[in-house]
Amino acid sequence: MRILRTGILTESMPEAGAWPQREIERLHDDILRILGRALTIREVDAGSCNGCELEIHALNNPAYNIEGRGIKFVASPRHADMLLVTGPVTKNMENAVRIAYDCTPDPKLVVAVGDCGCTGGLFGESYASCGRVSNVIPVDVTIPGCPPPPLDLLRGILTAIGKQK
Amino acid sequence: MQLLDETIAFTLQSGVGAPVWFGRAADGEELRRFAAAARRFDGRMAAIWGSDERQRDGGFRLHCVFGLNQGHAWVSLDLPVDAPAYPDLADIFPAANRMQRATRDMVGIATTGGDQRPWLRHGAWPADWYPLRHDAAQLASERGDFPNAPSDYDFVRVGGEGAHEIPVGPIHAGIIEPGHFRFSVIGEKVLRLEQRLGYQHKGVEKLFIGMDLAAGARLVGRISGDSTCAYAWAYASAVEAACGVAPSLRALMLRALMLERERVANHLGDLGALGNDAALAFGFTQFMHLKELWLRLNARLFGHRFMMDRIVPGGVALDLEAPALAAIIEQCDYIGREVATLRTIYDEHAGLQDRFLTTGAIDADLARELSLTGMGARATGIIFDGRAYRQGFTPPPPYRMLGVRPATDDRGDVAARVAVRFNEIFESLRLQREIVVSLPDDELRADLAPVAGGAGLGVIEGWRGEVLVGVALDAAGKLARVHPHDPSWQAWPALEHAVMQDIVPDFPLINKSFNLSYSGVDL
Repeated sequence: MRILRTGILTESMPEAGAWPQREIERLHDDILRILGRALTIREVDAGSCNGCELEIHALNNPAYNIEGRGIKFVASPRHADMLLVTGPVTKNMENAVRIAYDCTPDPKLVVAVGDCGCTGGLFGESYASCGRVSNVIPVDVTIPGCPPPPLDLLRGILTAIGKQK
Repeated sequence: MQLLDETIAFTLQSGVGAPVWFGRAADGEELRRFAAAARRFDGRMAAIWGSDERQRDGGFRLHCVFGLNQGHAWVSLDLPVDAPAYPDLADIFPAANRMQRATRDMVGIATTGGDQRPWLRHGAWPADWYPLRHDAAQLASERGDFPNAPSDYDFVRVGGEGAHEIPVGPIHAGIIEPGHFRFSVIGEKVLRLEQRLGYQHKGVEKLFIGMDLAAGARLVGRISGDSTCAYAWAYASAVEAACGVAPSLRALMLRALMLERERVANHLGDLGALGNDAALAFGFTQFMHLKELWLRLNARLFGHRFMMDRIVPGGVALDLEAPALAAIIEQCDYIGREVATLRTIYDEHAGLQDRFLTTGAIDADLARELSLTGMGARATGIIFDGRAYRQGFTPPPPYRMLGVRPATDDRGDVAARVAVRFNEIFESLRLQREIVVSLPDDELRADLAPVAGGAGLGVIEGWRGEVLVGVALDAAGKLARVHPHDPSWQAWPALEHAVMQDIVPDFPLINKSFNLSYSGVDL
C-alpha cells in the first residue's frame, strides 16, 4: 500500500519550468553525444564556504537529474574520471588535494568550481590559503560564480569533456 | 548593573539587536566565578576569541560571550603582553575547549592548564607565530616562507581486546566539506568518535583586519554559505550597534524574510538527504525538487539563489514590490501543502522510522552541558529560540511583533531532529506570510558612518542555531577585529556523544541529522 502510494507521488511530480528544462536536456544530450558513456565525478571541497556544494548537490535534484543521464558522483578518486574542486585550496587541505589528484586514474579531468576555485576569490593567497586550485594541481576548466548556478556547472562539465575529446 | 549576582559591572549595548551586556573581568578568577555562575543558571558558553590590543592600549584581550536567559553577556579580560594567559574554563563549560585552543593558535593567548593540543594549526605555520597579531606579517617576512608540514594529532586512544580505529577524512565520501573523524569501534559498535577539524581554515579572521565595513559584509556572507543571511544579519547588527544606527522596521522585516527563506531552504534539503541516508530515495527526490523551486524564486525575487550580499550594514540592498510579495505567499501555500503530504509519508514509513527512532540520541542535560543551541538543542526538549519570547526575554524586532512559536521535541534522536525540522518549516512559512502582509513602508537602508573605536556584538537565530558576530572598529573606522561564531562549535562535540553506542553505518544519518558547518568553525 505504502509503495503504491509512494510510486504514484513520484510520477505525479511536476515538471520544472519550461526554459531551463529544455536547456538542461540539450546539455544532457551534448554530454552523452560527446562522451558516449557514463562520467564519474569525485567532488573535492578544498576549502569552500559550502555554497558551491549546495549547487553541486542541486545537480542531483530532479530538475537537473544528472545521475539519470549517466553522470555519477563517486566516493573515491580512484573511481573518478573527473575531479570537481571547490574553494581556495587551504594550506591544511593542500596535501589531501595532491593525494586525491595522484589517486585519480589517467586520463583525468580537473574542473575548478566557483570564484574561489578559479582565482582564489575573496580569500586569495595567505598564510592559510594556497589560492586558486591551479596553484596546487593542473586544472582543465574553470567555472566562475559565487556560487555558480547548476546550469553553469553543467556547461562547465560539458566544456571539460569537449576539451578531452 | 550586575548579572547573576556576580561582581562584574555590565552596560547594555545600544541598538535594536538582541540584548547584549558588556563587562570587564578584573582578573581570571573573576571570569571563572562568572562562568561558574552562568553554568549554575543553565547559561551557555556562546563564544570565545582573542584580540591583540597592543597598538591601542597595550595588551592582549580575551573575549568570552555567555548565553544567559535574559540575553548575552560579553565579558572581556585584559591580559599582559609578557604573559597572556588565563584560567581554563573547559571544566565549567566543555564547549570552551576547542574555542580556547583556536584562540591560542590564532592570537597566542593560552589557558594555564587544560588541553594544549593545537586546533586550527595543522603545521602550515610555526607554533610560535600567531596570525592575528598585528606584527604577524612583519615577523613572517623576516622568517621567510613557512614550510607546510602537516602534523600528527594526538587522538585519545581506546584500548582493549577487539577495539580498533577507523580513520575517515579529511576528504569524505560525498559532496561535503572536509574534516577528519577518528572512530574507535568494537565490531560495528562505535565506542568513541573524535573529530579533528581545521581543514577549511582559510584565514578569514585575518582578512577582516583593516577591511572597510562594506568589504567585511561581503566576506562575512561567505563564512558558511548555507547560513549567509544569518551571518550577514549578525554582522550588520554588530556594526549597527558599534555605530549607533538603527535600521528601519521595513529593512528588519525583509531581513527576517530572507533568514526564514534560508531556514526553509536548508530544512528542505536536509529532510531530503535524511530520507536518502535511510535508503528512501523518493524523499530525496521530492524534497530536492521543492528546494529547487524555492531557490528559483529566490533567484527571481532576490537576484541570488542563496540571497548573498542582500543584507548590508544599515539595512538591506533590495526591495520587494507587490507582485513579488504575492509570489511568496503563493509559494508558501504550495510548499506547506507539499511538505504536509511528505510528512505523512515520512511518519508512516516503517523502514524510515526504524532508522530514525532512538538513533543518535542525546538528552537535554547533555545539551545544556555542551552549551548546545538551535535545532539540535530544541530536539532534546529545550525550549530555547532567540526569535521567541521566554520568561525574562523579549526577542528583538521584527520577531518581537511576529510571535514565534519554537518547535521542540524531547526525544533527542534523529527522529526528533527530523520532527523539529518539519515543524520549523511550517512555522517559518507562517512567519513569511505574516511578514509579507504586514510589511511597512520605510527606508531600506539607513546612512551609516563608521564610529572610530566602536564595538558591537550581533546575535541571530540561524537555521542551525545561534550565529554570533563580534566587531571592533579601529581609530580610522576600519575593522580592527571581527570574530564570527558558528553554532557548530558547540554542536560538533554533541555529535561525538550522539554516535556513541550506535553502529558505524548509522553515522552518516546521525551526522546529517545535525548537518554541521565545517567552514563556519574552521574560518
